[in-house]
Amino acid sequence: MPNSSLIRDLSRVVGRRWVLHEPEDLLVYEYDATIERGLPEAVVLPYNANQVSQVVRIARRHNAPVTARGAGTGLSGGAIPCDGGIVIVTSRMNRILEVDAGNRIAVVEPGVINQDITDAVAPHGLYFAPDPSSQKVCTIGGNVAENAGGPHCLRYGTTTNHVLGLEIVTPEGDLVWLGGKTADPPGYDLTGLVVGSEGTICIVTKVIVRLMDCPQSTVTLLAIFDEVDQASHAVSAIIGQGIVPAALEMMDRNTMRAVEEAVQAGYPPDAGAVLLIEVDGLEEETREQADSVRAVCEELGARELRIGFSAEDRERLWAGRKGALGALGRLAPSYYILDGVVPRSKLPAVLRGVYEACDSFGFQVANVFHAGDGNLHPNVMFDERVPGATQRVLDLGEVIMRLCVEAGGTITGEHGVGYEKRNYMSWIFSEDDLEVMAGVKLAFGATDLFNPGKIFPSSKGCGEVSSRMKAAIAKVGPDAYV
Amino acid sequence: MADNPPFSGPFAPSDADLSRCVHCGLCLESCPTYTETGLETESPRGRLYLIKAIAEERIEATPTVVGHLDLCLQCRNCEAVCPSGVPYGRIMEGARAELLANRPPLAWRLRALFLREVIARPRRMAAFATLLRLYRASGLRWLAERAPFLRERVILAPTISGPTFRARGVLARPRGEARGRVALLIGCIMPHAYGRVHEATVRVLARNGFEVVAPPHQACCGALNAHNGDRPTARALARRNIDAFLDAGVDAVVVNSAGCGSAMKEYGELLADDPDYAEKAKRFAGMVKDVTELLAELPLEAPTGRVEADVTFQDPCHLAHAQRITGAPRELLAAIPGLRLVEMAQPDRCCGSAGIYSLAHREMSLDLLDGKMREIAATGAEVIATANPGCMAQIEAGLRRHRRPGRVVHVVELLDEAYR
Repeated sequence: MPNSSLIRDLSRVVGRRWVLHEPEDLLVYEYDATIERGLPEAVVLPYNANQVSQVVRIARRHNAPVTARGAGTGLSGGAIPCDGGIVIVTSRMNRILEVDAGNRIAVVEPGVINQDITDAVAPHGLYFAPDPSSQKVCTIGGNVAENAGGPHCLRYGTTTNHVLGLEIVTPEGDLVWLGGKTADPPGYDLTGLVVGSEGTICIVTKVIVRLMDCPQSTVTLLAIFDEVDQASHAVSAIIGQGIVPAALEMMDRNTMRAVEEAVQAGYPPDAGAVLLIEVDGLEEETREQADSVRAVCEELGARELRIGFSAEDRERLWAGRKGALGALGRLAPSYYILDGVVPRSKLPAVLRGVYEACDSFGFQVANVFHAGDGNLHPNVMFDERVPGATQRVLDLGEVIMRLCVEAGGTITGEHGVGYEKRNYMSWIFSEDDLEVMAGVKLAFGATDLFNPGKIFPSSKGCGEVSSRMKAAIAKVGPDAYV
Repeated sequence: MADNPPFSGPFAPSDADLSRCVHCGLCLESCPTYTETGLETESPRGRLYLIKAIAEERIEATPTVVGHLDLCLQCRNCEAVCPSGVPYGRIMEGARAELLANRPPLAWRLRALFLREVIARPRRMAAFATLLRLYRASGLRWLAERAPFLRERVILAPTISGPTFRARGVLARPRGEARGRVALLIGCIMPHAYGRVHEATVRVLARNGFEVVAPPHQACCGALNAHNGDRPTARALARRNIDAFLDAGVDAVVVNSAGCGSAMKEYGELLADDPDYAEKAKRFAGMVKDVTELLAELPLEAPTGRVEADVTFQDPCHLAHAQRITGAPRELLAAIPGLRLVEMAQPDRCCGSAGIYSLAHREMSLDLLDGKMREIAATGAEVIATANPGCMAQIEAGLRRHRRPGRVVHVVELLDEAYR
C-alpha cells in the first residue's frame, strides 16, 4: 500500500507529476541491467539539488531508505531498492552547467549522459575519458557511484581519476561540496571516497569532471591468435615492454563466432582469440609503439595482424568488439555478465578455469573483456525461462569469482559490488576490514538511509545487515536512522 | 470477453520474444518519449516490462497502463539499437492487438473504426480528402491556425492541396535499356496528399529503365491498422495486396512511403499462421523495395540537370529503423549535381508524425516536432527531403508553426528535378 503521507510530502517538494506511486510506475523501477529485483514505495524525479536535499529530509522523517538511480544500466544491482523506500531518479537533472575548456573541466548534473559530456566538449578538442560500454545511455551519477570503467581505462584510469569535485546531499539533507575545480586539494580525499561508494553514503547532485585533450594520433591493431593462451601471454608481454596501450581488449572464439555472424568482422572461424590494441599519443610515439606491439604479437605467434591508422579503418577494427555484446545477445535468450579481476599473468590459467567451470555447469560462455587490466567479463548464456537456470547461473558466477580471488584477483573490476556480490566481500576482507568500512559510512552519518543492502555482506535476505554492523550502527546514537 | 486472461489471444506477444529483453537499458536514449519525459514507463524497456507484467497478471491493463503503451510512437529506433535483437515492433503490435480485442478504451475503438472504415476504403478516403482540401482552400485552415485557442489544436491536422494521382494500369514505359517491370503501391493518403510524389516516382523509375504499373485491385497497406492494434483488418488488406501484386507479374513492388514499405516487408510475419497465404506473403515481402533502395542498387542514370540547394535529410523512422535503410537516400542525394547535403544533428529521430500519432498525442508530437525544427533550422537548409508522407506533412506543419520558409520534398522529387 502506498504511504500516502510520504507521497504527499514528496509531492509538495517536487510536484505531483514527479512523484510516482502507481503499481505500474513502481514496477519499472524494480530492475536494472542485472537479474535482481526490488520494488520501491515511491519514485521521485527531482529537478535540482535543493529538491534532492528536501527529499532526503522527508525520507529521514518517514524512515524510508533512499536509492539513487541514473539510467538503470548498472550491472551489480546498485540502483535496485532492496529495502523498498524511495528511489531518486536523476533523469531530470541532466544539465551541463559549465564547460571551462581552458581549465579542462566541466560541471555537470548527475543525470547527464556520459556520451553527452564528450559531445558537448568535442568542439574544444576535448573528451571525457571513462567509456563504459553503456556510455551512450548511462549517467555520470551512476558512473561516479560505481566508479565505472571501460576499454580505455587501462591507460587513463576509471571514473575516480576524472572527477575533481562533487556536490553531495548528506544523510542530514545538507548540501556540501567535496573537492573542487583544482586537482589535489588539501585534506582527506573525500571526493575519492565517495566515487565508488555505490550510493551508500550520500547522493551526488553535481560533478566536476576532468576533461582530456583528444590524442593527436591513435593507432589500432587487431592481432589474431590460434590459442587463447598465446593471446593471454601477449597481453602481459605488451605491458612488459613498458607500453601502456589506451585499450587492450580480448575476445575468445565463442565471441568471435557470434560476432562474425552478426557483423562479418572477418575473423577466421578457427582462430582462438583476438586482441584489439589501441595506442594513442603523439604521432611518432604511437607509430613506435604500434611497431613494438606488432613485434611482440608476431613473436608470440599471432597468425595475422591488421592495423588501422585512419578513423574509418580503426572503426572497422573496433566494429567486432563494439558489436560483441549485441551478437552474444542473439545466442541465447539471456546472458549474465560477470565482472572479475585477475593479475595479468594469471589470465591463461584463470580463463582455462572459467571454461571448465562453465562446461561442468553445462552453460556456454563467451569471453570479451579488458585484458590489459586483467578485468574478465565471462558472459554466460542461458534461458531465464528454464526453471532453476537463473540460480544455477548465479552459482556458476560464484565459482568463477572464487577462481579470480584464488588467483590473487578480486570480485569486481568496474561493475561494483552492489547487491549481487556483497556476500563475496568476506572472501577478500576480514570482519575487521568490513567494520572499518562500515565505520567510514557511519562517519558520514549514513547508516542504512542510503542504498541499504549494498556492498556489505549479509547471510540473510535483501537488506539485512550483519549483527556487527548493526552494533556499529547502534553506537552512533539515537539520531541515527536504522 | 471480460473474463479472458490477458494476452491469451492469437496476437499475444510470444514468451520467446518477450524474454529476449535483458533490460540492459541501451535503448533508452534512442527513445523519443523517454528522452522527452525521463520516465521509465515511457521507455522501450519499461513498456516491454509492462507488457510482460500484464501477461503475467502482475498488473492490470488499466487506462494509465494502456496509456503508457499508447504513447509509444512505434518509431522502432529502440529496435535498431537493441543489442539483444528484441523484436519490439512485433511485440508492441501484438500487445495492442490483444488490448483492442479485449475491452479497449473508447478512443482506441474509434481510431480503429476510422482507419478501417475511412482511410482503408478508397471512396470514403477520397471524400475525406475532399473535405481536407476544402478546409485548406476555403481559408478555414489559415484562420484556424491563427486563432489563439485553436492554433495548437489544428496545426497537425492533415491538409491537402495539389491534384490527386488517379492513374492505374500501365503508368510508364521504360526509357532506354529496359531493366524490368515494377508495380507501384498507390496507398491511401499518398495519392491525395502527395500525388506529385507518385508522378515523380513514375518518371524517375521510367528514366531508369523500368516499366511501371499500378495494379488496380491493390489496397491500403494496412500499416496504420496494424500499428493501432487492428490486426484482422491489416491481415485482410495484406491478402488483397498479395493477390493484386502477385498477379501483376512484376519483378518488384516499389513503395515510396517508408511506413507502408516497412509494413509490406513484414507481411510474411503478419500472415505466418494463414495456411493459404503464409508462403505467398513471404514471397511477396521479398519483392517489396523502397524506391530509394531500388534506385541506389542500380547503376543510376546520371542526372543531367542541377539542383542548387542546401538540403537536409530526415530519415523516416520506418525506413531507417524498421527497414534499416539509411545509406540509399543519401546516395541518391549525393548523385544530384549542385545539391549540398547538410546533415541535422539527429536525422533518424522521430519527427512526431508516426501515422495518426500526431492527432492522438498532440502534445508529445508537438514537443518532438519543435525539437526537430530546431535541428533543421541549425542546418540552414532551405529544402528538407524525406521519404514518407507522414514525415512530409509533419515537417510542413512545423514550418508553418515556426513561420519558417522552406520546402519539404520526397527524395525522388529532387532526383526527378535533376533529370529535367
